[in-house]
Amino acid sequence: MSRIAKRFAETRASGRAALIPYVTAGDPAPGVTVALMHDLVAAGADLLELGVPFSDPMADGPVIQLACERALAHGTSLRDVLAMVAAFRERDRETPVILMGYLNPVERMGAETFAEAAGAAGVDGVLVVDLPPEESDELTGVLARVAIDPIFLVAPTTSSRRLEHVTAAARGFIYYVSLKGVTGSQALDPAELGARLSSIRALTELPLGVGFGIRDAQTAAQVARVADAVVVGSAIVRLVEQFPEAPDQFRAAASALVREMRTAMDDARMAEAPAPV
Amino acid sequence: MKQAVEWAAFPDARGHFGPYGGRFVAETLMGALDELQAVYEKYMKDPEFLAELDADLQNFVGRPSPLYHAERLSRELGGAQVYLKREDLNHTGAHKVNNTIGQALLAKRLGKTRIIAETGAGQHGVATATVAARLGLECVVFMGAEDIQRQSQNVYRMRLLGADVVAVKSGSRTLKDALNEAMRDWVANVDDTFYIIGTVAGPHPYPAMVRDFQSVIGREARAQHLEMTGRLPDALVACVGGGSNAIGLFHPFLADESVAMIGVEAGGDGVATGRHSAPLCAGRPGVLHGNRTYLMEDDNGQIIETHSISAGLDYPGVGPEHSWLKDIGRVSYVSVTDDMALRAFHRMTRTEGIIPALETSHAVAHVLDLAPRMRTDQSVIINLSGRGDKDLNTIARLEGIEL
Repeated sequence: MSRIAKRFAETRASGRAALIPYVTAGDPAPGVTVALMHDLVAAGADLLELGVPFSDPMADGPVIQLACERALAHGTSLRDVLAMVAAFRERDRETPVILMGYLNPVERMGAETFAEAAGAAGVDGVLVVDLPPEESDELTGVLARVAIDPIFLVAPTTSSRRLEHVTAAARGFIYYVSLKGVTGSQALDPAELGARLSSIRALTELPLGVGFGIRDAQTAAQVARVADAVVVGSAIVRLVEQFPEAPDQFRAAASALVREMRTAMDDARMAEAPAPV
Repeated sequence: MKQAVEWAAFPDARGHFGPYGGRFVAETLMGALDELQAVYEKYMKDPEFLAELDADLQNFVGRPSPLYHAERLSRELGGAQVYLKREDLNHTGAHKVNNTIGQALLAKRLGKTRIIAETGAGQHGVATATVAARLGLECVVFMGAEDIQRQSQNVYRMRLLGADVVAVKSGSRTLKDALNEAMRDWVANVDDTFYIIGTVAGPHPYPAMVRDFQSVIGREARAQHLEMTGRLPDALVACVGGGSNAIGLFHPFLADESVAMIGVEAGGDGVATGRHSAPLCAGRPGVLHGNRTYLMEDDNGQIIETHSISAGLDYPGVGPEHSWLKDIGRVSYVSVTDDMALRAFHRMTRTEGIIPALETSHAVAHVLDLAPRMRTDQSVIINLSGRGDKDLNTIARLEGIEL
């Protein structure tokens, strides 16, 4: 069983929703990332999503754009990101790590070289934002050989016909984009979200993670009631800007936010659990 | 080329020109692109739509644009006869409006009430603001903060036309960043918004759709040249940023094997310096802005900053059809430096009384070199894609004059 499947089996068994924090690798500086990953796990993260910085992050809002710019100012490359995952794996062999980024850096490295290097580093899933299933055969093929799951997005605008196509191609979990917009947009609508997730569940057994627009512990708790996983990105990355010269304080603030979300999510699920007979 | 290419078969159903093109966008936009493709395929076969488009091109844009024999320049060069396809005479002063008219008519049929666009030199922004004003649609134009400085006149024109011009301050603050920002806006407002892309790049169906709207240039030029001389031209020359004016001229001639085609990229300070905007001459294939194409990137796949004296060519990618035409050898691509383009700008202005845009001046510069190497009974068509009024501040500043 893959690390991702194993982790979702555990969270399901314990009646929890998984918490997946996102940070951009190399932001605020490459030396911070591995320590930050361990911090986030200690604070209650079940899986980690690591952003690969790109010069033209078209699907991201201003918070993650700036994070990419900071990481690139330090020269953070895809190879550097893989080295960070390998360093993280020296102390943590359990927590699944998903890379999230754009296609061009992967193309430049070469899909096959990338897949082998990612497999060796201990990457578990790869989400390429600008690679829809229609164009993904080459990459998913080489990822399958090294047992890395291709993660795909489903959006509110995804038609039911496309939904069948996407769920058929997806492995690991489905990443549901909770709103029309870029990362870090306005808050989502929990009621509508529940209905959409039910329609996706009719087509796939894969766990459903929800991201985009989860700004605080309260929203995370609302989403945890209906989703298998909650992805939080811009809310964490935004904290970098509060402590521009103090990465240690940023790490502490990020941990505090993740801990707060963890507690709120678990409380929300507890409140919903059927009373013992 | 060894065997005949079935030109009409490109792109394929998913927007591929050989290995290039395609649709590389986040899932949120896939539905909107499917919808756009369906409406584009439907109306390009609809006689009523095509009649409305033709009427607008004739009465609002002023088509057909003349094919002008530049006799004095031809005589001075002492070689091929030089013809100018006068897209500078279109309403709004460039070829861009051919496409914005078409896309705006599609937007109307889709019931969209809001138009967005990206712009570099401002020509596409002006052409979009113009058609939006005419159809009573809300219009937002994204423009790099750097380009807003360079092209203040066009910014003012867009504002007069009622468009909201948004300064894009991310990345290199030029055309590529304006495109990123327009995509972000589209993702967030996809229900009521139509994105009018100005060049033959972006995700399918944009490269094919923009090409089809711009092909009126080549269809007219082909018929005009036949009528004026009784034969086809020997060469076509056009500047290439994203490549919409070039593809518009070239496409109707692709099957005419005797016609050579040359796309001229912006060489900036010179391709050897690295400070240029010539991905076909000096880049490699990658994926940006929704399609696979030649790009300017570093060893890690990050898009690098480009340079050109002309804002409209200052772009690190190029339309995917050009990448394919390069690889199969149907079109050759060369580059021209800022200095060569400037000299050509002055030469055309003084010799023919036509002030070309700085973008267009790149194509002119190549012909100054090419025509003398051809026979006097041969001919070359330059796509005079835009007029230079918008560049007067830039030119004057280079000569130490404040206007």
